[in-house]
Amino acid sequence: MKISVASGKGGTGKTTIAVNLALSIDNAMLIDCDVEGPNSHIFFKEPMVKLKDVSIPAPEFDLDKCTYCGECAEFCQYNAIAIVGEKVLFFEELCHGCGGCKIICPEDAITEVDHHIGIIEKGGSKDIVLYDGLLNIGEPFGVPLIRELKQFADDSKTTIFDSPPGTACPAVEAMRDTDFCILVTEPTPFGLHDLTLTVDVIREIGTPFGVVVNRDGIGDDRVERYCVNENIPLLSKIPNDLHIARLYSRGVSIVEGLPEYKATFAGLHDKIKEMV
Amino acid sequence: MVKELAVISGKGGCGKTTIAASFAALAKDPVIADADVDAADMHILLDPQIKKTETFTGLDVAQKDDDACTDCGECFENCRYGAFDPDFTLHPEKCEGCAVCALVCPVDAIQMVERKAGEAYISDTRFGPLVHAKLHAAEEASGKLVALVRQRAKEVAKEQGKELILIDGPPGTGCTVIASLTGVDLVLVVIEPSLSGIHDSKRVIEVARHFKIPALVCINKFDINEENTEHILEFCKDEGIDVVGKIPYDDTATKAMLVEKTVVEFSDGPLAQTIKATWKEVEEALS
Repeated sequence: MKISVASGKGGTGKTTIAVNLALSIDNAMLIDCDVEGPNSHIFFKEPMVKLKDVSIPAPEFDLDKCTYCGECAEFCQYNAIAIVGEKVLFFEELCHGCGGCKIICPEDAITEVDHHIGIIEKGGSKDIVLYDGLLNIGEPFGVPLIRELKQFADDSKTTIFDSPPGTACPAVEAMRDTDFCILVTEPTPFGLHDLTLTVDVIREIGTPFGVVVNRDGIGDDRVERYCVNENIPLLSKIPNDLHIARLYSRGVSIVEGLPEYKATFAGLHDKIKEMV
Repeated sequence: MVKELAVISGKGGCGKTTIAASFAALAKDPVIADADVDAADMHILLDPQIKKTETFTGLDVAQKDDDACTDCGECFENCRYGAFDPDFTLHPEKCEGCAVCALVCPVDAIQMVERKAGEAYISDTRFGPLVHAKLHAAEEASGKLVALVRQRAKEVAKEQGKELILIDGPPGTGCTVIASLTGVDLVLVVIEPSLSGIHDSKRVIEVARHFKIPALVCINKFDINEENTEHILEFCKDEGIDVVGKIPYDDTATKAMLVEKTVVEFSDGPLAQTIKATWKEVEEALS
């Protein structure tokens, strides 16, 4: 089974839920899809080891063949190419690697080379394999890296995907093609507002989902009332506890520091199994 | 000259919006821009009266005419984003708008059509104009929408003679963050002293450096882990980055949020005092 853990708002506890869930069930693996800021590895002692480089194709221009006709620049939907007089300007960061420029070039002056966007790493513990990705600094698009990361899911295991925050393409890519999505939120106006946005997204994708309220007690009951009104299952509540925040700050999982929580996370998994 | 300040953090939930909203209350005559377009929260605290709404169209999306399609498979072969199934069914939600399918289709069965990807708003608030936006569910091109928000904020600043644009940035290091900070005068990096907060803020400091933007640091909830706070202070010292605030953990921030007020309006306690002192330092650095 594939379970994604997502939330519109950042810092609600996605990584906390993903890591502790993985540590509380049998035969789990973790894939941290937050390639702009992966944090799951912090909760495992072993350092991450680089597994592979990830690149997207980018054009290379053969200036002996190029006639500066400008077809490529005109076609590129991302404005990654400009022809100024007898000069080709290529803005690597804007290129999505679609290959359109190569197809449209009437002179066959464009070939494709690898543009490095980041790496995939492997780590975890002897029981739980963890994969994560690191998007290069200054690189805007993490989606190809997330797509590649998700290939490491092992169908014989319960794979937990820690999603990036937000509701845009990286978050959608992480949530897509999973069997269930846990939406993590906090009981505050910001938490509620961003939850409603994420619910719109997950309903659009069509994946079954439920809500976990983290830092329960810090705010009010608007999130719970929203879930009741919208018929969204409230899967679990994790209390607002300074102990948990301090454990988190040191990179210690809840179930390691407060083992009584193992039952909470195992129970969360049972509920999900019932629903899928 | 209009100055632009962006508040960012790498990791989400470090207190960017809480701090930026208080800055909006403290700043002299700012234009406020919420650049966290896929999870915008600033409006919750600022109660905006929307004056102007514009549609954001983002990138075009492929549309396929199944009657004209001859099942030749060129679209499937050439699409690199998995938007076509092997039976040539098109999934518009996976389309990245590159238009290669329309280019290779020999019978013109594919057109690129405009799609509404969101809305941008110019509003009035009790602290000044707010430019904000809403990205539609599961839409692409959020970086472009951030660029639009910043463009409108600059226009408003020019029209109304404002001297400061205060940008509440998104989490991460990708396209929305890059679009939020390119060309600004200063970034304030809010760091929470957890190992995750430190890890992600170091990455976003590198992004600021990559684009040659000066950065200041403010540590939020510093007393959650004082050892990590020490580490941040040392790191900043080594990197030559000024730390302009050490803000304590205080549930006043949540209490203020529950009544939809900024911290500095809601209370004059220790949290508000520290935020005020932090703002003073940021303001000085901007001048």
